[in-house]
Amino acid sequence: MKRIGIDVGGTNTDAVLLSGSEILRSVKTATTTDVTTGIQNAMAHILDGGNPAYAEGVRAIMIGTTHFTNAVVERRGLSKVAVIRIGLPAAHSIMPMQAWPADLRACVEGPVFLIEGGNEFDGRPIVPFGRARMVEIAKEIRDAGVTAAAITGVFSPLTSECEDEAASILAEVAPDVSVTLSSQLGRIGLIERENATILNSALHDIARYTVNAFETAIVESGVDAPLYLTQNDGTVMQAAHAAQFPVLCFASGPTNSMRGARMLSGLDEAIVLDVGGTTTDAGCLVGGFPREANSKVDVGGVSTFFRMPDVVAIALGGGTIVDEARKAIGPASVGYRISQMARVAGGETLTLTDIAVHRGLMEFGDPDRVAGLAPSLSQHVEGWIETQLADLVDRMKTSAADIPVVAVGGGAALVPNHLPGVSRVIKVQNAGVANAIGAAMAQVSGEIDRVFHDVDRAQAISSASELARHRAVSAGADEASLETLDVEDTPLSYIPGNPLRVRVRMIGDLKI
Amino acid sequence: MRELKFEELEALAIGAGVLGTGGGNHPHLELMCAEEVYRRGKRIRLIDPWELADDARVAVVCIMGAPLVTKERLPEPIAILRAVKLMEEHTGKPFDAIMSIEIGGENAFFAMLVGMELGLPVVDADTMGRAFPEAQMASFAIRGLSVAPFAIADIRNNAVLIPVAESAERVERIGRKAVIELGSIAGTCAAPRSGREIKDHAILNSVGRALTIGNAVLEARKSGSDPVTAVLAVEKGALLFAGKIQDVARRTTDGFVRGRATVLGKGAFEGRTLEIDFQNEFSVAWLDGERVACVPDLITVLDEETAEAIGTEVLRYGQRVAIVALPADPIMTSLQGLAKVGPRAFGFDFDYQSFAEVPA
Repeated sequence: MKRIGIDVGGTNTDAVLLSGSEILRSVKTATTTDVTTGIQNAMAHILDGGNPAYAEGVRAIMIGTTHFTNAVVERRGLSKVAVIRIGLPAAHSIMPMQAWPADLRACVEGPVFLIEGGNEFDGRPIVPFGRARMVEIAKEIRDAGVTAAAITGVFSPLTSECEDEAASILAEVAPDVSVTLSSQLGRIGLIERENATILNSALHDIARYTVNAFETAIVESGVDAPLYLTQNDGTVMQAAHAAQFPVLCFASGPTNSMRGARMLSGLDEAIVLDVGGTTTDAGCLVGGFPREANSKVDVGGVSTFFRMPDVVAIALGGGTIVDEARKAIGPASVGYRISQMARVAGGETLTLTDIAVHRGLMEFGDPDRVAGLAPSLSQHVEGWIETQLADLVDRMKTSAADIPVVAVGGGAALVPNHLPGVSRVIKVQNAGVANAIGAAMAQVSGEIDRVFHDVDRAQAISSASELARHRAVSAGADEASLETLDVEDTPLSYIPGNPLRVRVRMIGDLKI
Repeated sequence: MRELKFEELEALAIGAGVLGTGGGNHPHLELMCAEEVYRRGKRIRLIDPWELADDARVAVVCIMGAPLVTKERLPEPIAILRAVKLMEEHTGKPFDAIMSIEIGGENAFFAMLVGMELGLPVVDADTMGRAFPEAQMASFAIRGLSVAPFAIADIRNNAVLIPVAESAERVERIGRKAVIELGSIAGTCAAPRSGREIKDHAILNSVGRALTIGNAVLEARKSGSDPVTAVLAVEKGALLFAGKIQDVARRTTDGFVRGRATVLGKGAFEGRTLEIDFQNEFSVAWLDGERVACVPDLITVLDEETAEAIGTEVLRYGQRVAIVALPADPIMTSLQGLAKVGPRAFGFDFDYQSFAEVPA
């Protein structure tokens, strides 16, 4: 069974063609301003220009993209969103988007409404839902001309009735407005859930456009296979689902690199150094998955409930600029312009890539152009790299014991073969396209976050697992391959009926 | 009396988190509320207890209920405000100042939020010096002052007044029942206290203590030095342990979350294990089976890098943490205090020993 993995980064679009776990073809191409061309270029290469033998038997295409994260970070292509919060007379002490960065808020904030309704933790209504007010709100939204709306109700992960009712009223009055309900994204914590819901609606236009572009590129490349997009937890979702829930793609880049590193190295426990043009990202594989960050991670300055891989970045990459006279290194970088600006590429700027070529670590461009560099300089640079990376590895470690390091990314050759505190440095083939491999290998997950009352722990976990299993299967998982990845149960204090909050995540192979 | 500066709000949140000893709910959301009220131009006026007239009337307030509910319904100072009004009506006299029952966790902020709303100064004191789960664990109750009359109100139009009660324990139990009916979260105002009573029986300058801890953490983060060390530097505290959370076992009984967290050591603690018992808050720490700290001393779990306090409800496998012990107020370690908040009050079969006296 063949599959194609594509990673669309800000600079490069990488692609691989896998048969089982065997890598048949791989390519690194430049990302283009119109997403379609970049993907078509990459596809043309790995399919040998449309050679039917290569395209035959491709059963799935997985794309990992930083597009949606970047849209938020760069405040680009975002829609104005009408925000509806259901919870009055509760849930008004903090207004929607209150803690957002001012510039992002200015891009996204449409009309904001607070309305009576919502539920208690046990399902009772706080007060009856303000149906008549909702009809007025729907008219105001229609007349305001916004095209997106986000609806969040108090305790909607437990019962979504108010959100559903609000959505149906809005659909009747303003059928062209695209809506995200916070209960569709789940997780308890109103502010974070609402933030994610608003961001998701703000991304609807760009998500539809982008997913459509992906699909066009694939159709035009002659492959007839379903498209999936990767999520921040190292799993995939169907393209249509991604177009509806683009926030689920946040931070999938580092996750894909680390999952790819795992596949290439076969190691479940390791530190991964992903060396790019500008930065090196370090992450930690635990049980074959990226370790998650301890604290909440913001996206573009907004706090959401998405758990992100614990990644630390430093300014060390193939494009990092070396000042020959002062022996100063970085943090400035030529970044993606390395293939024009580096000395070996015919440019005038001395970079870490030039030093690596000079030392014979890397083959790139014309080595004669750096033949005259002083050996003392390249030794100095090598020492600097070693110190930086050893320190980075140490920061990611969880114990003093030596741990293996897997080097991936276009600049993987910059990583020295020995580092203090490291049992061995593993340089794998195809390291440059680890992220595309990670995307191609991604699995499918289902998650649930519920509060159970008056049932014992085992029963609650088994019910939650059943719901998570159902979600994973409807997302395309092969039921036989499903495993439980995470179970978290938290009893709730000061509430009768021994309520237990259970969160379960199941993960399995894509059924194709 | 002085006004708190905007920058001090974050320090207060960090410090209140540390003094929350794992309970009391981290005041992230209350900080957002307070910052917004500041942007609207209102200010917290902090008054030293010794500036209070002996006959000043002080409202003692808190939010009572389930932390999870606040995550969805958001902080509800309005409920406390209603309870305060109810108490004023009941006693027929207005209040001159306001203070919080506990400085640990989110309740640190509620007296501030309500104080701004009512234009009342906030007393630099509380009744626990940390977070504890129940009303009888407050210093006033420990010193025999009545907790009743006790007012409870919600954000709708419901209120309960307990005009008399035979004990603080009874107020706690009646109050909990009422709060559950109100949606598991409500605002409360306990018996009015005089300035004299506060000077004699409150935990003094605990707001200042939270601010000092928070400022130390913020400065350390800014300068790139270790914030955990910074906390210990401004407190007579001790680093008990550093490591990784290995396991968290929890169960609910009588509305409390009880359990035990196991931490595997790293660095100087490599190869050793710390276990921490908790009942909403952390109560006892055991290093390789030997007791090294217990209530009412403060045991706090901090994120190793940021010194952000980690609550018992959000502890989970893999977190890298530092565990510190900080000293309790003398009222809490007095004989009267230990009867209510010592290890035996939490069901343990041993007597209090200060962490400072545990041989290293």
